[in-house]
Amino acid sequence: MTRAALLCAAGLAAAIVYPLLVPNYLVNIGMLVFFTAFIGQSWNIAGGFAGQTSFGHVVFFGTGAYTSTILQVTYGWNPWLAWPVATAMGGVVGWMIAVLSFRAGLRGSYFALITLAFAEVFRILANSVPFTKGGLGMLIKADQRPINFQFKDPIWIYYLALLLCLVSVAIAWHLTRSRFGARLVAIRENEDAARALGIDVFAEKVKVLPLSGAMCAAGGTFYAQKYLYIDPSIAFGVDKSVEMLLVSMVGGAGTIFGPLIGSFTLMGINEATRWLASVVPALKNVQPLSLIVYGIMLVLIVARLPNGLMGLFRRGPARA
Amino acid sequence: MLDPAFLLAGVLNGLLAGGIYVLVAVGLTLIYGVLHIINFAHGSLLMLAMYAVFWLWRLAGIDPYAALPLVIAGSFAFGFVLYRLLIGRYNHGRDENILLITLGLSIVFDNAALLFFGGNTQTIDVPYAGTFVELGAAFLPLPKIISFVAALILCAALALYMALSDTGKAIRAVAKERQGARLVGIDVETVFAVSYGIGIACLGAAACLLMPTYYVTPSSGHAFVLVAFTIVVLGGMGSFVGAAVGGLVIGITESLGGLFLGEQLGQIGISLIFILILLLKPTGLFGSKA
Repeated sequence: MTRAALLCAAGLAAAIVYPLLVPNYLVNIGMLVFFTAFIGQSWNIAGGFAGQTSFGHVVFFGTGAYTSTILQVTYGWNPWLAWPVATAMGGVVGWMIAVLSFRAGLRGSYFALITLAFAEVFRILANSVPFTKGGLGMLIKADQRPINFQFKDPIWIYYLALLLCLVSVAIAWHLTRSRFGARLVAIRENEDAARALGIDVFAEKVKVLPLSGAMCAAGGTFYAQKYLYIDPSIAFGVDKSVEMLLVSMVGGAGTIFGPLIGSFTLMGINEATRWLASVVPALKNVQPLSLIVYGIMLVLIVARLPNGLMGLFRRGPARA
Repeated sequence: MLDPAFLLAGVLNGLLAGGIYVLVAVGLTLIYGVLHIINFAHGSLLMLAMYAVFWLWRLAGIDPYAALPLVIAGSFAFGFVLYRLLIGRYNHGRDENILLITLGLSIVFDNAALLFFGGNTQTIDVPYAGTFVELGAAFLPLPKIISFVAALILCAALALYMALSDTGKAIRAVAKERQGARLVGIDVETVFAVSYGIGIACLGAAACLLMPTYYVTPSSGHAFVLVAFTIVVLGGMGSFVGAAVGGLVIGITESLGGLFLGEQLGQIGISLIFILILLLKPTGLFGSKA
């Protein structure tokens, strides 16, 4: 165990020193790794630990992004104040979806599909209602001062992403040690058996989705503040849902470091395909190539490595 | 706004689109009914079939309707092999796993199409595309009517095949009682692969019928996947009659939604129906069990 702790400390030290040593574009890539690991962890808490596979997690992401952006742009709020409200909104939406779906007894694939439909409803609404400015999207006025949650030096947004990632890892770590986390794993492994053991399955599931949704919504605000622009297909599009699912599944669903490993891996593939495209001019279109690799990895991992890449490091009983 | 002629045109147009949806949904519901898997790659496979129809026309000059037998046979073979090589091997265990595998496949197919065919919208110019038929107050494009009739004939043919042929009987036996079917000597794994192949063959047929009036892009699969699931859930997972009724209802809903709520907001009807059915009556209209 001490070796693991030492490894974590070394990793953290490296993550802190890293942006001081590399050019800005690499700082930005590091920021994306930690940010994607963070929203991936939010998926992992519901999808990995509790086994509630969601295909529409972007519904929380978009809720967070739109809540803080509307409060800021339309009502003149400070984004730091809007952030907790956006996070709470993600929790509320998570609670609503959880109560509706789990009361109806939806599980497995049906739950995955209904979350996809919820995300689609939110996307269409964001495209149509006046207060989101519809398909035009919303622009946040650039004013690069820390008080505005905008930073001139990319190092600060990098550290913020690192902090979010650490918090999410701490939450996941806590889940592996708490009774709440143990109940979630029991539900994932066998819902009926968990119920027979006296676990209030519905109540636990209604707790975990708001937690996951709130985290994801916090990520939505972060994204909006970093890029200063959101529109319905960015905020509620299926691509982000798939990205969150992928990093968790690839890294190892239901493991503490799975999303982080997955996020590193996917960023590595991204950069590798970009490099390949610069060498082989026939492959000028990079984006699809890396997504093809992701898709193949998802298939292989579900089929062969249920613990994801984490399963390669840690030898233990494979989860069913 | 509520001019009855206007409304009639909307209903008829929706009905015509619904006919093709029926074909797509019948494939999905067959796969679910027999294999008990949710084929998330359904939309992407339809997109691939649409590209096949497009390239047959572009490179060999084959009319989309004339391509029907070829594309149906090709789709069946593709589905059969895909099942044998990949899906069938992992078709046991948690149902989310197969959902994730088919999601992975759809990511691969969508992006392979983008990589090889580019992101442009492709259409087929058939000489009869501009021909309209006057039906009451509504003017309907001739190809849509041909496609509608052809879709219904194909569905009826499939229903007859399922009811009368030995293979159909075996498929129904496996859908009802897997173990029992195995005990009476049915090769269950082959039946699974054949069923998956027939499900994808339905997509091939739908692709031929869609292309004269529709377009294809690498993201076309996305547009269809939720529609297809909504139809199947509305009709009842695994139910043929349900898929037929659901397809027509969803076609009309979509058309009227677009008419009254506009192009953007009109799409919300389908997602809402999907959510409400799952929440309130997960067995759908004709489903037998949850």
